[in-house]
Amino acid sequence: MRHLKILEFALSSLLRRRYKNLSLLAVYTFTIAILASILLLTHALKTEASRLLDGGPELVVQRLSAGRHDLISTEAIAQIRKIPGVTEVKPRYWGYYYDALVEANYTLQGIESVHQELTMVDGRLPAGNNECAIGQGVANVRKVGSGDDLILVDSTNTGTVLTVVGVFRSESELLTNDLVVLEREDLIRFFTFPPDRATDLAVKVANPAEINTVAAKIKRIIPDSRPITRNEILQTYAGVFNWRSGMMLTVFSAALIAFCILAWDKATGISAEEKREIGILKALGWETSDILELKFWEGLVISLTALLLGILTAYVHVFYWDATVLAPVLKGWSVLFPDFRLTPFIDFYQLLTIGFLTVVPYIASTIIPAWNAAITDPESAMRG
Amino acid sequence: MNKHKVFIGLTLVQTILLMTLFLQGVARIKTFSEGQQPALEVTVATLQLTDLALWTEARYTRHPSQADHFTPFQDLPSALEHFPAGSILAPVKGKGVQP
Repeated sequence: MRHLKILEFALSSLLRRRYKNLSLLAVYTFTIAILASILLLTHALKTEASRLLDGGPELVVQRLSAGRHDLISTEAIAQIRKIPGVTEVKPRYWGYYYDALVEANYTLQGIESVHQELTMVDGRLPAGNNECAIGQGVANVRKVGSGDDLILVDSTNTGTVLTVVGVFRSESELLTNDLVVLEREDLIRFFTFPPDRATDLAVKVANPAEINTVAAKIKRIIPDSRPITRNEILQTYAGVFNWRSGMMLTVFSAALIAFCILAWDKATGISAEEKREIGILKALGWETSDILELKFWEGLVISLTALLLGILTAYVHVFYWDATVLAPVLKGWSVLFPDFRLTPFIDFYQLLTIGFLTVVPYIASTIIPAWNAAITDPESAMRG
Repeated sequence: MNKHKVFIGLTLVQTILLMTLFLQGVARIKTFSEGQQPALEVTVATLQLTDLALWTEARYTRHPSQADHFTPFQDLPSALEHFPAGSILAPVKGKGVQP
């Protein structure tokens, strides 16, 4: 009961300085919302990448020439097939296309003409010459849909008319937004690939435990190659948004520093009015422990409310409003950028860390100066 | 009404709202895992995709897993990184298995 009465007094005390405390609550909530949004967004993206890309090629073999990625000879397929444990080697044909009309980059991908139907495509995949399936982003910027023509300029500077036979559904935007999928022969002709060259090779290994061994053997047999394992691909996305990424180093640390300044300002300064209030309470018979409890409640009311409001705002912002505030930061100069319809994968450990990093220092920075004032003589405290 | 009751009530409302959102999130994850994810995995396997279509501004940002970690600096001697997404991405560790 005594604690509730002190809480009641703390709330009255906060309400007496309502404009100052409300603005403090707003800044505090905003800081936590930014911190939590970044953590929720990056974790959801990392989880989604690791779940989806797990179905990608087990091993991609590239050729390096003069320190750059170059087209690989398809003769290497036979060499790699001889390695024990390798079950399949397929050439991958793909490349980039800059569309000067809309100033966007597309990824052109060649596939074999016989394929199963994909549920993620409205329509179908290309099965013959001059057909293509396009990502939602390409469909939007070029304002084309199934049955329309898409004109791209090939490597001989000739316009190629492709009939759009399918558009990838918006649920797959994160993977297919900028894709233009063509039949393999069309792509080879479009980029004028030399007849015995592919962009890289996808290797299937029977036993996942042998992937690294197979990769080492490929590197030994074809010295100018660079095998990239699926594990490395997954590791890339686990590392893309780690603490060293720009997202963390700029936005996250800026918000964290803003919070530190807020807490530091609170810890180093206590207003003359607050000092006088503490002096009066002491003179009225309040113990130092009562005053510390009062300040603890004041700190907890502000920081707990800010924490809950901040996490609520961040959650709604990232998973319901498609991270509208952070998306432009991520987008950079990309003309085609997918809408984030992220699945709410949450790391509760991160949320606890935010709580610990913000609530504890704030309460401490409220109590410490109050303790300093509370242990001084009430008369001198009242005189300021 | 006592102020502390209002505060405790508001805190409870916020906590319940947050828990509801989290529980709804669990349901969304279940829907994703059972519905969209298998279809997206088939898309990845069929098209042999290696990367997310997040940043389309440069080769090394479109396919970070396939690019050299020094790509931003190899366009010309002493070239500086100038794509914004390149500043957002963490440096990708050197890839390629050494014999």
